[in-house]
Amino acid sequence: MNRLSFHCTHQFAGSLALDVAFDTSAQVTALFGHSGSGKTSVLYMIAGLLRPHAGSIHFEDQTWLDTRRGINVGAADRRVGFVFQDHLLFPHLSVERNLMYGRRRRSSAIEPRRVIEVLELGDLLARYPRNLSGGEKQRVALGRSLLSGPQLLLLDEPLAALDEALKDRILTYFQRVVAEWHVPTIYVSHSPAEVCRVADHVIVLEQGRVGQVGRPADVLLPNQSSW
Amino acid sequence: MDWLTDEEWVALRLSFQVGLCAVAGSLVPAVAVGYVLARWQSRWKWLLELVVNLPLVMPPVVTGYLLLVCFAPRGPLGSLLERWLGLRIVLTWWGAALAAAVVSFPLMVRAIRLAFQAVDPRLELAARSLGARRFDAFWSVTLPLARRGVLAGCVLGFARSLGEFGATIVVAGNIIGETQTIPLAIFSYFAAANRPGSDAQIWRLVGISIALAAGALLASEWLERRQASREST
Repeated sequence: MNRLSFHCTHQFAGSLALDVAFDTSAQVTALFGHSGSGKTSVLYMIAGLLRPHAGSIHFEDQTWLDTRRGINVGAADRRVGFVFQDHLLFPHLSVERNLMYGRRRRSSAIEPRRVIEVLELGDLLARYPRNLSGGEKQRVALGRSLLSGPQLLLLDEPLAALDEALKDRILTYFQRVVAEWHVPTIYVSHSPAEVCRVADHVIVLEQGRVGQVGRPADVLLPNQSSW
Repeated sequence: MDWLTDEEWVALRLSFQVGLCAVAGSLVPAVAVGYVLARWQSRWKWLLELVVNLPLVMPPVVTGYLLLVCFAPRGPLGSLLERWLGLRIVLTWWGAALAAAVVSFPLMVRAIRLAFQAVDPRLELAARSLGARRFDAFWSVTLPLARRGVLAGCVLGFARSLGEFGATIVVAGNIIGETQTIPLAIFSYFAAANRPGSDAQIWRLVGISIALAAGALLASEWLERRQASREST
């Protein structure tokens, strides 16, 4: 049932001490919180790009991390798609080769043609990232992650650098992706409106710890003025 | 082509042979060390930097002497090379290539390290999240993005190899047709300055040296600028 169980602690070189525990089986779970609350670090730990000092991460029946048992599955083997805030497309590869980068390394049931169609990337395939707009880059980044055949998708504030009109368009693309492929997703954001629109479940992080948890409308809307 | 004597042609050919061999032999270790220095965060990093940069500041004759001690036929490494590969380093062009490689290594590492530093390390994280192993991520993302800087490092290393004198004369000697590169030939002509025509020989090789060094510097500069402009787009 796509259950993600996360419990990790980590002490950063600065002042932030992270101690986060949550379980979720929602289709789209939002990690919500102010800058510096530890949202991105949690995504990096789930993806296997940052090793916490202690803790465990389980997804379905797989153990990705268990520091007590010395288990730490590498990033390449977790089959987690990651869409970074600033897209991180490979500048030396065309859009087409960016899209196929993950697919060449992992088998995937997701059809490239369908991804290109849903995200309307057909006209961009021969172009290079430097010739794309911000919104186009995020669509390519989303398509690239999908085509790597992820069993879990992580989106780290994918709309942070975009203007309001563009945010709305990209959210529509994201909702199409969720409706078409049903990949469980962790969506990081500090925008209540964004979270209410895309997520079924929200986990609020406050200074490295879990605050409130629940349905976005129940958690975020009553306290909207404080966010 | 009689604007150079046979002896000068041989010195020119040997210089290219030694320079190319030195760069080819140094390339993989220079890329590895440049990458480690660009990415590695450790309190011991200074030690690696010190070892890598030593040949840059040490008198080349000292470098040459240390190489001679190690690679002499009865030296710790020289005896092994001779026994296993039948390869003799001292007083051969291999010795000149080894000396050139050691002396030019810090310059190559410096340029390559800068090239790696200009590549966003998170691109490798993106590659790993897409299923690439660490070496695959380096090979398919970081190295292609740093390739102009790596090439600039090779050009600089080659230029430095062409000019190497002190360590070379200690390890490889100054044997016409075997180890006498351009700087050694100039030294020989200078030592025989009373011989008719030696002045002209010196000036021809000096001219070639300046042209090669300037060409290499311009090429390296151009490659580094292209790398920088690529990063800014």
